[in-house]
Amino acid sequence: MSEKKVLHPGLNLHATDPGRHSQAETTVFGFWIFLMADLVLFALLLATYGSMSAHGVADGPGPDELFELKMPLIQTLVLLASSFTIGMAMLHVKYSSDLQGLSLWLAATALLGLVFLVLEARDFHRFAVTEDAPPQRSGFLSIYFLLTGTHWLHVACGLVWMALLAVQTRAWGLASQVKLRLMRLGLYWHMLDVVWVAIFTFVYLFGVIS
Amino acid sequence: MSEKHRGDDIAESEDLGRKEELRRYLIGGAATILLTLAAFAVVAFNLFDRGATLLTVSFLALAQIAAHFHFFLHIDLWKSHRDDLMLILFTLLIILLMVGGTTWILFDQWSRMM
Repeated sequence: MSEKKVLHPGLNLHATDPGRHSQAETTVFGFWIFLMADLVLFALLLATYGSMSAHGVADGPGPDELFELKMPLIQTLVLLASSFTIGMAMLHVKYSSDLQGLSLWLAATALLGLVFLVLEARDFHRFAVTEDAPPQRSGFLSIYFLLTGTHWLHVACGLVWMALLAVQTRAWGLASQVKLRLMRLGLYWHMLDVVWVAIFTFVYLFGVIS
Repeated sequence: MSEKHRGDDIAESEDLGRKEELRRYLIGGAATILLTLAAFAVVAFNLFDRGATLLTVSFLALAQIAAHFHFFLHIDLWKSHRDDLMLILFTLLIILLMVGGTTWILFDQWSRMM
């Protein structure tokens, strides 16, 4: 083998930026280990939810009384769209094309993320106040708020991260560590969407079915 | 780098060029949206009975997660991606053990308390 090239998960830079690629390898792989650990956390929250939604309703409302389909569908489409826009941003990172395109796609992603957060927060408010189903009412509601709240916080952290990187991109351009940070942000955002797929299926759809 | 080495160390899936990668993202976006709409439609229109609906929806979720990993996170079965695939498969094993174990224990305990 004349030239050994190792790939890491996610978008690889070696074709367009070989120097940065060797740097990216360990960094991004390490970040993947964090992502996978995060995935285990969400999986366990979901497992607890599965048990609680069957046995922990107590005298509070159950999933079939609380959930409907319209809001989760809109939220899912918004998050999916943001997954696509950040993919477009990552293509701009990989091919180091115009910074303006990158900031536009990032801004679109941030906007969609913000819409998701607002919709989700409105849902939380509706459950906790209007429906009289706050987290302390039953085990099912506690774990529901914990699971979706953890996801909500992850998205919020992603938005803060995105804002910081937008500033860094403006200040230092793409020829620095910023590139690797943007790539990790992309992976993080896609992973949040994967978690949301599990949430809308096993929380909302299963809730409406039962 | 000679041509014959290409297939050995580099997943060609990462050297497609911008246009092809854009196409991948577009296909990924379309696939995930279709799978989402299908899952919601199955529930909204009551297409099957309860058991079949639960199964279909779970299957659609797995398919969509696989699509996310393939199209957006660029995970595939290329030789040079094996290490990463190992990490993901190991995580999957941990998740199966812990989620399966948790569910089993909690449901078993509940049935004993009834």
